[in-house]
Amino acid sequence: MIDDFIINALLAGIAVALVAGPLGCVVVWRRMAYFGDTLAHSALLGVALAVSFELAPIIGVVFIGILLAALLFWLEQRRELSSDTLLGILSHSALALGLIVFSYIQLRVPGIDLMAYLFGDILAVSTDEIVWMFAGTVFILALYAGLWRPLLTISVNEDMARTDGVRVALVRFLFMLQLAMVIAAAIKVVGILLITALLIIPAASARGFSSTPVQMALLSAGLAVTAVVVGLGASLYQDIPAGPAIVVAAALGFFLTRLPRLRY
Amino acid sequence: MNTVDSEVLLSATGLGYAVRGVEILHAVDIELRRGEILTLIGPNGAGKTSLVRILLGLKEASCGSVHIRPGVQIGYVPQKLHIDPVLPLRVRDFLVTAGRFKQERLLQVLQEVHSAHLLSASVHTLSGGEFQRVLLARALLHQPDVLVLDEPAQGVDIIGQQALYRTIKHIRDRHACGVLMVSHDLHLVMASTDQVVCLNKHICCTGHPDDVSGHPEYLKIFGQAMEGLAPYSHHHDHSHDAHGNVVPLERDNQAVADDR
Repeated sequence: MIDDFIINALLAGIAVALVAGPLGCVVVWRRMAYFGDTLAHSALLGVALAVSFELAPIIGVVFIGILLAALLFWLEQRRELSSDTLLGILSHSALALGLIVFSYIQLRVPGIDLMAYLFGDILAVSTDEIVWMFAGTVFILALYAGLWRPLLTISVNEDMARTDGVRVALVRFLFMLQLAMVIAAAIKVVGILLITALLIIPAASARGFSSTPVQMALLSAGLAVTAVVVGLGASLYQDIPAGPAIVVAAALGFFLTRLPRLRY
Repeated sequence: MNTVDSEVLLSATGLGYAVRGVEILHAVDIELRRGEILTLIGPNGAGKTSLVRILLGLKEASCGSVHIRPGVQIGYVPQKLHIDPVLPLRVRDFLVTAGRFKQERLLQVLQEVHSAHLLSASVHTLSGGEFQRVLLARALLHQPDVLVLDEPAQGVDIIGQQALYRTIKHIRDRHACGVLMVSHDLHLVMASTDQVVCLNKHICCTGHPDDVSGHPEYLKIFGQAMEGLAPYSHHHDHSHDAHGNVVPLERDNQAVADDR
C-alpha cells in the first residue's frame, strides 16, 4: 500500500513540474536563467517576511520578486555594470538578508526549519497545499497560454514586438509574476537553492527533440514530470533527500539527451 | 514614380538626439511619402539606426517631433536580428509571431518575396539572403503603409542584394507603400531608390541618387572610401533568382505578373 504522504508528494511535484517545464522554456529562450536564480534566492527573504507578518508565503515571495525586478530595472539604467554582475549582487545579498531575517524568525517560531526551505520538504506537503498548488498550476498555465504569442515574439526580438504593438514591459512583468509564483510553489518541492534546475534542465533537454516552440514547451513539461516521478521514487527506495534526487534525475536525463546516438 | 503630390505618411522635424552630452543627431528633417523609396545612407556611427528607432517610437528624441499619419501601419525589419538557436522555430512559427494568420496568407507573403518553399524550414538553417526575405515577408503580413528596413541586405552576397532590392521595389509598386531603408552602400541601392538622404549626425545632402553621388558633401564623406573602388558600371544579359539559377533579365517583373 502506498502511504498518503507519498501520493501527496507525487501530486505536489507533478503540479509544480507541469508549470516549471513550459515556463522554463521561456527562461531559456530569453536567457533569464540567472534572473530566475536571483528570484529564487530572494524567495527566502519573502518567506521570512511573510511568516513574520503571518501572511501566506506566496505573498511574500511575489512581493519581494516585484521589488527585486524594480531594483534591477533601476540599476540597469546606468549602463556601467552588466546585468549578470548586477544579478550576482542582488542574488547573494537577497539570500544573505533572507538568512538574517530567518534567524530572527527561528527565535520566535520554534520548529521552523531552514533546511526545509533551502532544499525542499516535499514529503511534508499537506492535502490543503496540494489543492492550492493545482489551482495555482491551472491559473499560471492559463496565463501562460494567454501570453503565448507575445512571449514568443519578445523572445525573438523585443524591438520587432514593440513595433507590432506588443506591450513589452507589461508582458515581461506578467512573466516575472508567473515565475515568482512558480518559485513560491516549488520551494516545498525542491527548495530555494535548486529551483532554477527544475526550470532550465527539462527545457534544455527538450530542445534537441523539438522543431517548434509548442513541442519544446510540452516536451519540457513531460520531462519535468518524469524527473519528479523518478527522483521521488529513488528518494523512497534509497532513502535520499527528495529535492536533490529530483534535480539529479533531471540532470541525468539531460546528459542522456546529449549522447550522440539519441540525437537527430 | 511621381511622388511629389502623394500623401506624407511619416515626417519628422528638427529631430535632435544626444546621449550623455554626446550629440548623435542634430536638426534632422525627414519626410516619407506614399509610393516613395527613401534610402538613408551614412558612415558607421552617423546615427542612422538611432534615427530609425526614433521614427518608430522605440527611442525618444531629445528635441523635435515625429508625425505619423493617423491609421498608418508600419512594418519593420530590424538590423541584426539574431534568433538564438535554443528557440526551435520554423519560418511558419516565426511569421505567426506577428499575429493569427491563415496558411494561405503566410504563403501569399512568402510568394511576394519568392520564398514560398521555405514555409516549413527551420529559421536556423536559412542563408543570409533567405532570412532577410523571410523578415520582409513578416513585415508584409499586416499590409503596411510604411516599410522600415534597417540594412535589409546585410549578410547577403552582391548578386543576392541586387535581387533583394528589386523585390523591395516590386513590393513598393504593388502595394504603393512608402519604404524607408537604411544602407551604407549607395551604389547598390541606387537603381531602386527615389530619394537619398545622406546622414552624418545632420543631414548632409538629400535628393535623387544621381545628384547625391556627385554632391560635394557626399564625396567628402564617401569620396575617400571610393578611391580605387571605381564602380564598374555595366549591363548583364541575364540575372540570378533567389536560388542562384540563371534567369533572363526582368524575370522579377514577369514573376510578379504571373502571381497576379
